[in-house]
Amino acid sequence: MAAPATGGAAQGRGAPSFQRKVPAGSSRLAAIAGTRPAARHGQLLLSSGLPSLDCVLGGGLAVGTLLLIEEDKYGVYSNLLFKYFLAEGVVCGHDLFVASAKELPTNILKELPAPLLDDNYRNELGEATAVKSEDFQDFMKIAWRYQNLPKVEVSPTSSARFGHYYDVSKTMSSELLQSIKCHSFFLPEELSLQPTIKMCNMNCGYARLLQSIQKIIYQEGFDGSHPQKKQKNVLRIGIQSLGAMLWGDDICSTDNPEDTHSLTKFLYVLRGLLRKSLSACIITVPAHLIQNKAIMERVTNLSDVVVGLESFIGSERETNPLYKDYHGLIHVHQIPRLNSLICDVSDTKDLAFRLKRKLFTIERLHLPPDLSDTVSRSSKQDLAESAKLLSSGCGAMAIGKKHLDF
Amino acid sequence: MRATRARAAFPHAHVPPRRAFRPSAAAVGAAGRGAMFAELNELLNASPQRPEQGKFTLLRDTRTDGSFLVHHFLSFYLRAGCKVCFVALLQSFSHYNIVAQKLGVSLTAAKERGQLVFLEGLASCLDMLFGEEEEEQAGQPRPLRFISESTSDLRALFDFVRTSLAPAAGDAWPGRVLLLDDLGVLLSLGASPVAVLDFIHYCRVAVCSRLQGNVVVLAHGGEDSEDEENELVVTSLCHHSDLILWAEGLATGFCKDVHGQLKIIRRASLQPGGERDVLQTYQYKIQDKNVTFFARGLSAAVL
Repeated sequence: MAAPATGGAAQGRGAPSFQRKVPAGSSRLAAIAGTRPAARHGQLLLSSGLPSLDCVLGGGLAVGTLLLIEEDKYGVYSNLLFKYFLAEGVVCGHDLFVASAKELPTNILKELPAPLLDDNYRNELGEATAVKSEDFQDFMKIAWRYQNLPKVEVSPTSSARFGHYYDVSKTMSSELLQSIKCHSFFLPEELSLQPTIKMCNMNCGYARLLQSIQKIIYQEGFDGSHPQKKQKNVLRIGIQSLGAMLWGDDICSTDNPEDTHSLTKFLYVLRGLLRKSLSACIITVPAHLIQNKAIMERVTNLSDVVVGLESFIGSERETNPLYKDYHGLIHVHQIPRLNSLICDVSDTKDLAFRLKRKLFTIERLHLPPDLSDTVSRSSKQDLAESAKLLSSGCGAMAIGKKHLDF
Repeated sequence: MRATRARAAFPHAHVPPRRAFRPSAAAVGAAGRGAMFAELNELLNASPQRPEQGKFTLLRDTRTDGSFLVHHFLSFYLRAGCKVCFVALLQSFSHYNIVAQKLGVSLTAAKERGQLVFLEGLASCLDMLFGEEEEEQAGQPRPLRFISESTSDLRALFDFVRTSLAPAAGDAWPGRVLLLDDLGVLLSLGASPVAVLDFIHYCRVAVCSRLQGNVVVLAHGGEDSEDEENELVVTSLCHHSDLILWAEGLATGFCKDVHGQLKIIRRASLQPGGERDVLQTYQYKIQDKNVTFFARGLSAAVL
């Protein structure tokens, strides 16, 4: 695991895993932009790009861990979370590694949402007339002594806040992207460049991706192999739609895939790479397409944070009055216990999300009160269904179909 | 004497009468010092001064994370003065080290004095895949060889366990313990269920029978799990274990004060005498340095 922020870095011997060492004076790890130590165990946390998701995860995503997103049916919102993660990396100045089998990584980076700066954010959210800052610049009547002081420039990349908000309707400017080192992996290109390699009898695409990630981590020194680098940085890895057919894996298309272990082997080796380097990874998996549920269970056990998205698009819940405020549900299947016996998990297990006025928020699911005089049968049925839905806390449980009729 | 014989004659399963479990003062005092989970030691009737010998313990979890049991047994056996071979496949060394320090045991010190042999699965796998060529030819042991080679047996891993726990001249550790976390990873990495069962069988013979040591294995899996291979392995191990600790999530869902339920099953039916298995159920709450156990429904939040 990445050493706690108070422990100081211990790369003197080029040790393969970060170890806690008596601090020789400075706590250099705390100086990495865009990270903060967790309250409980000093673990370095990154923002996932969505402040509300950070709250659900207990403060943020720990460095060295894997965030697995089970895609919703059409991939709309999981793609959005993927882009938020990468956009947060751009704003914080982290390095990016984007891997995809269906879209060119440069195209993905061109479509990242634009960050909301402080004054823009106030304007977006304020219903009433927000006083624009330009009004003050013209003429100061009372504080005229301060007229000639230099104005403080708030540059977007230097915000020290943890977690930023993004405007989905605008794309990030290319100047921001220029300052970031982005590594990309586009599967069709990589397969055509070099001959296929065999690694642990794994799917060829996964093997190439692992090699590529390991090469970047080693060359750029994220695993402490170049101790002379003064400024430490974090690598954010994003892998889109892993396990889909475009990666050459058939677990999404048949019930009895030919190789059930490729994806799990890949995740195991990736876990090893993440644990020994200053990096964090987001992977979206089309879980609804994987018919062999045993594979999803194993994938869940091998990941750290597992979040499932269920959107209401196309389902009968879209028009259901109970869910009229929300666009979908979020299921947090797993939160890791890192370096401690307990984890900071939030108490609310019924979470829903909505994309409202360009902002993506995750909230506790509130069912509206049933205020009608005559409670109709159909709404009772929906209540029973939603009561079943709200029950998953420790996991699946047996609830009868009848709901108690008072 | 007569009372126990009369109880054994009853045909139905022997479940001890429910009583409010109040931890003794010694347990509370020990817990205050951060020494493993003293209440669990009381429940299991185990003490570091006289650890049992030749036992196979299975740790199971369903719908929750049972890894706190692994941390308990690791610190328990290190305190008891046994030589421990820990095959940690899922987490890194520093994770276990930091938790063990909270429980009062230092893993780095134990490793340095030779009491702990730690196999970090993640690091070993990376060395094997991305390591230098010279290391391969130097004959370095590769316990996780089964991942990259087509043979799906776990012979190399068993050889590693055997050599690390072999009695060596001059070591001061009387007991031998093998700790494995966790078994589902072996299946995920391509080992067949039969190969995993063979490996466990070989380990039992080598450690429990020949060396009079203990084996503790953690396996995930529930009754309604879809993973048939995992179910096969876990069910088979259940039949062969002397002690089963089964951590389950509550059937009623998430609760802030009761994190789960622990079933302790002592397989008395395996002993000569043919008694029934003893089943005890407790609920627990995990805290920062300790886990408190209480009888069902008697959580401190409710009383």
